[in-house]
Amino acid sequence: MLNEQEKELVRELQKGLPLVGRPFLNIADRLGVSEEEVVAKVKDLLSRGIIRRFGAVVKHQDVGYVANAMVVWPVPGERITEVGRVMASFSEVTHCYNRPSAPGWPFTLYTVIHGKEERDCRSIAEKISSSTGITGYRILFSTAELKKSSMEYFLD
Amino acid sequence: MTMFDQTDRDLLNIVQSGLPVVADPYRALAEELHVTEEEIIRRLGHLKEAGIIRRLGAVFDSRRVGYKGTLCALKVPPERISEVAAVINSFRGVTHNYLRDHEFNMWFTVLAESRDKLDQTIENIREQTGIKELLSLPAEKVFKIGVHFQIT
Repeated sequence: MLNEQEKELVRELQKGLPLVGRPFLNIADRLGVSEEEVVAKVKDLLSRGIIRRFGAVVKHQDVGYVANAMVVWPVPGERITEVGRVMASFSEVTHCYNRPSAPGWPFTLYTVIHGKEERDCRSIAEKISSSTGITGYRILFSTAELKKSSMEYFLD
Repeated sequence: MTMFDQTDRDLLNIVQSGLPVVADPYRALAEELHVTEEEIIRRLGHLKEAGIIRRLGAVFDSRRVGYKGTLCALKVPPERISEVAAVINSFRGVTHNYLRDHEFNMWFTVLAESRDKLDQTIENIREQTGIKELLSLPAEKVFKIGVHFQIT
């Protein structure tokens, strides 16, 4: 959990790293603390995994990866961990989650596959299916991106 | 990528994997790419303005920040898509929303500060859209989350 000071820092960091020579000094001035404290705190949040990574988020459609397929897999409970690990090991799989099934919705593993074209995604799904033995999967291609934003924390 | 040169591509590949957490991170990048710090700052500003870089700096792990999240799927009649999307997208906690080629055609993620607030948001979405066929599928296990696109 985060204390109040850490929440203050999160509010500043989520505005984006300032494009100036000493960006942490800029943030430190706004928070009324020292530059060293901000740098140390960011490192601390990174080591605690609260900051997942410190770098750039790139809009992938603009760098040539157009197709985004969510593939849902009906994996029996006892195989989820094993199969999830195999699926995650594919470099084309950017996300792999286990989610609950629902009535009429038997799917328990979700992978997001990015490819340059739809057929790339299809062939990767096929490869994953044959290496895990999981069939009966569905590929849901995105046909429109309606919203994509970074979460803004602690504003309510 | 025609409007970007090789230095931009190299820069994107480096900053995607990480920026050094030091007092002068752009100077560190400048040394690596053999250009000036001013040029790095100018190029990053340009890539941000062009929308190639969506965000620079900290990417948070919402769970470890203490937030609760879920993925929702909704069956939206085709003629109501833009109206329903406007309602859903108006929630701050909805960060991603995609149309997909399935009966469950609208897929969006919701984040909230607590389990109660998350349930409340989903309830509000049900009420405000009047759509009852909604699946809420919170992640139980995360096997992979990491996006790094090789830019060539």
